[in-house]
Amino acid sequence: MVVFPGSNCDSDCFHSIQDVMRQPVDYVWHKETSLPACDLVILPGGFSYGDYLRTGGIARFSPVMREVARHAKEGRSVIGICNGFQILLESGLLPGAMLRNRSLSFRCEFVCLRVENQETIFTKNFKKGQVVRIPIAHGEGNYFCDEKTLAGLIAGNQVVFRYATPGGAALDSANPNGSVDNIAGIINGKGNVLGMMPHPERAAEDILGSQDGKKIWESLLECLK
Amino acid sequence: MTETKLTEDIARAHGLTPAEYEHVKKILGRDPTVAEIGMFGVMWSEHCSYKCSRPILKLLPKEGAKVLVKAGEENAGVIDIGDGLAIAFKIESHNHPSAVEPFQGAATGVGGILRDIFTMGARPVLLMNSLRFGNLDSPVARRLLRGVVAGIAHYGNCIGVPTAGGEVYFDESYEGNPLVNAFCLGILPSRELVKGIAKGPGNPVFYVGSATGRDGLGGASFASREITEDSDRDRPSVQVGDPFLEKLLLEACLEMIPTGAMIGLQDMGAAGFTCSTCETAARGLSGMTVDVAKVPRRETGMTPYEVLLSESQERMLLIAEKGKEEIIEKVFSKWDLHAEKVGEVTDGNILKVYDGEKLVAEIPAKALADESPVYLCAEKEPAYLKDVQSFDPLTLPEPENYREVLKRLLDHPSIASKEWVYRQYDHMVRTDTVFLPGHDAALIRIKGTKKGIAVSTDCNSVYCYLDPYEGGKIAVAEAARNVVATGGVPVGLTNCLNFGNPMDPEIFWQFHRCVEGMRDACLAMNVPVTGGNVSFYNESPKGAIYPTPTIGMVGVLEDIDLRVPSFFRKEGDVIFLVGETGNDLGGTHYLAVQHGLKKGLPPRLDLEREKNLFQFILKAGKDRLLMSCHDISEGGLAVALAECGFSREKLFAAQCPDLEKIKPDPVRVDAFLFGETQSRMVVTIERKSAEAFLQLARECGVGCAEIGTVGTGKLKLGKWIEAPMKELYADWQESLPKRIGVI
Repeated sequence: MVVFPGSNCDSDCFHSIQDVMRQPVDYVWHKETSLPACDLVILPGGFSYGDYLRTGGIARFSPVMREVARHAKEGRSVIGICNGFQILLESGLLPGAMLRNRSLSFRCEFVCLRVENQETIFTKNFKKGQVVRIPIAHGEGNYFCDEKTLAGLIAGNQVVFRYATPGGAALDSANPNGSVDNIAGIINGKGNVLGMMPHPERAAEDILGSQDGKKIWESLLECLK
Repeated sequence: MTETKLTEDIARAHGLTPAEYEHVKKILGRDPTVAEIGMFGVMWSEHCSYKCSRPILKLLPKEGAKVLVKAGEENAGVIDIGDGLAIAFKIESHNHPSAVEPFQGAATGVGGILRDIFTMGARPVLLMNSLRFGNLDSPVARRLLRGVVAGIAHYGNCIGVPTAGGEVYFDESYEGNPLVNAFCLGILPSRELVKGIAKGPGNPVFYVGSATGRDGLGGASFASREITEDSDRDRPSVQVGDPFLEKLLLEACLEMIPTGAMIGLQDMGAAGFTCSTCETAARGLSGMTVDVAKVPRRETGMTPYEVLLSESQERMLLIAEKGKEEIIEKVFSKWDLHAEKVGEVTDGNILKVYDGEKLVAEIPAKALADESPVYLCAEKEPAYLKDVQSFDPLTLPEPENYREVLKRLLDHPSIASKEWVYRQYDHMVRTDTVFLPGHDAALIRIKGTKKGIAVSTDCNSVYCYLDPYEGGKIAVAEAARNVVATGGVPVGLTNCLNFGNPMDPEIFWQFHRCVEGMRDACLAMNVPVTGGNVSFYNESPKGAIYPTPTIGMVGVLEDIDLRVPSFFRKEGDVIFLVGETGNDLGGTHYLAVQHGLKKGLPPRLDLEREKNLFQFILKAGKDRLLMSCHDISEGGLAVALAECGFSREKLFAAQCPDLEKIKPDPVRVDAFLFGETQSRMVVTIERKSAEAFLQLARECGVGCAEIGTVGTGKLKLGKWIEAPMKELYADWQESLPKRIGVI
């Protein structure tokens, strides 16, 4: 669990891995120049460097990011959630960029996601086309990429989650931020780096209103064993 | 000490009266310097010294077996909640800054209340707010609402503390003088309580956090004046917040606690460096010597006077143990923050301020911090009271169409859904938010325990205007009722007393009566007041605001699995009206919306009856009888029944076809449907529990009547109202976006 100055979902993710999933997890301060041996690197949500310059724009220069890139290059898993997704985009580990929400305001709410690709190590416990409820909380989650990149993402089955209606239709009315093609989460070509705006750690216990996010941790646990 | 000779005029420009200036001279035994005048000016402002309100605040009960830090002792009150844990909480106003610069005014209000909590060693886990604006027809009110909400979101979201509840009211009384009251609650291990104290001669005093600039110069004095047409010129008095820096400061300060190197910690809020140095020294019965030349700055050419009075945000004064300086420097450099040793604790009681070699101020710390003059302000019963109270609402005709009245009430911005507001706040970060906003109280869990914390902020200011005593009493009781409705046992409250100019005897009379009402309710419910703040001078060119003693009531659930939501949960459940209904139309929302009147005597509150209700609801909750429970307040029974149906998952409809049979004969239909008789709730239970529930009601001496069942489709209230829930939901849901112009 990488902690940047301004990360604020680090302890939430930590709790869901350690106390809900009962798996070992450690914090890694962003100034570190090496990663401990691990199966999964989590870049948590928050406001690294206060979102100054651009979301994730400064965090990509943190010393630890060189190691995160190496970890990814070696084919090991990385998940970036919300600000973590933004950092993955800024570091070039995933394609595209984030714009401000089209409403120009922050939005925090439960949304419905349609699982577009259940053949990844992050999603194998979902069914294809399954609609899940996971909250978002961001001011800049309006995913954008050029047409060529989008075509590539679609062709490579790299769009993992789309914002959808409860019935599973990826309509514009179900799009909370204006993301191109209702994209909520994408994966790299190798299938080991996932970025998503919704927060699975906020939907991992019944008392929080949904357990749908927990399936991501469960999928990973099975695949990484 | 060879600065310009001062005159009374300069003292007056700093808010000191001629008599206060004489008093300063007597304390010092000489003429003060410019810097000293500035320091006395801010510390003796109403904002810092409570010189007008202190004699009245003494009326409020502060004692309680579980109170670890009492009101007025520290930055925030602290209450023991068992399991080795304690909670620190407080509510504070940022009204004046928000009136001139809504975004930064509100943002720094959040920043300030957060610091008050983490200076106690507590990790902030919940933010809430109570906001009041003028009528949304006015573009000014819309601009203020947008700015304030965006400012709160900016600060709270970035620092990662959920803003999980609160209230928003609209009334022309707040036109030009909005109220922005920010609440924060934090959790700490009881043994790790940190105090704002300086003791141990020779111990180093550190300045930590952000650098000092000229922002917010004299903010405390600004808050102690009325808002006028020239207030825009006060904009430089408004500080600029940096939530990212505060997040670093928060983590660094909490990281300091286990090191044992820290003796005291104090926020530099209002009156900044001056306030933090003299207050910590006064609490520790110590002296202190500091050098302003060592204070990190972000502007050049600042005078000692400016450094002493700056209200730059995100700064703290930290008193460390001698010999452990390295630990401080290590922790703060990890977080890339300033930690400069600016002085040390001394024997005696004198605060000495140097600028390098030069002594610029030498004041007894306690005199500056605690010995401001106290005023017994004149009081007079307001002239308007007789007129408004003598009005009898029962002389008004009944409305022709009750359905239309209900629709108008649900569409009123004060009652309507606040989703447009809270959707902009990250209300889920920390993954402790158990009730999403919209319930009677916010509810968070405490990880690692079974406990939950329920909080409600509340005040009906129209009641306080029409009858300050009863209004103050009801503010406390209603906030407690909201907490009880969720299953929480009230353990303490914090208050933010927003009033007009206290030098006006009619305003001070309102203030005094409100506090008396609050006191009586607190005593009856055995709930101590653990702190808060007073905000006077809430006046615009149009006059004073309604008296608004905002209450932040905190309750504890020993077992969070016994929580009770405010919304209906399943079809077929039985709906009960708990409590007795009278002809209470005075001061109601119905009267204001339907008849354009804010008159009449507001509902009376019987404290015994209220206590019985609490006992009954809490017992029924413990016995797992309750499916849902919702307080009846603005808009009365009809609005409460509609609201219960607006659950996130599904629209439910209260179906009460025989409601006529429940209405007591002498009660008018409009009073029955829309009246605001106190001590009432709408409760649902499963059919099989009905007998046990009624039995318990009898034992507790609480009136209770079955009024219908939970269904779907149409709301049905006797022959009076029948309306599709979809339509009512649209009225309620679209009210705010429609008025703000986003749909």
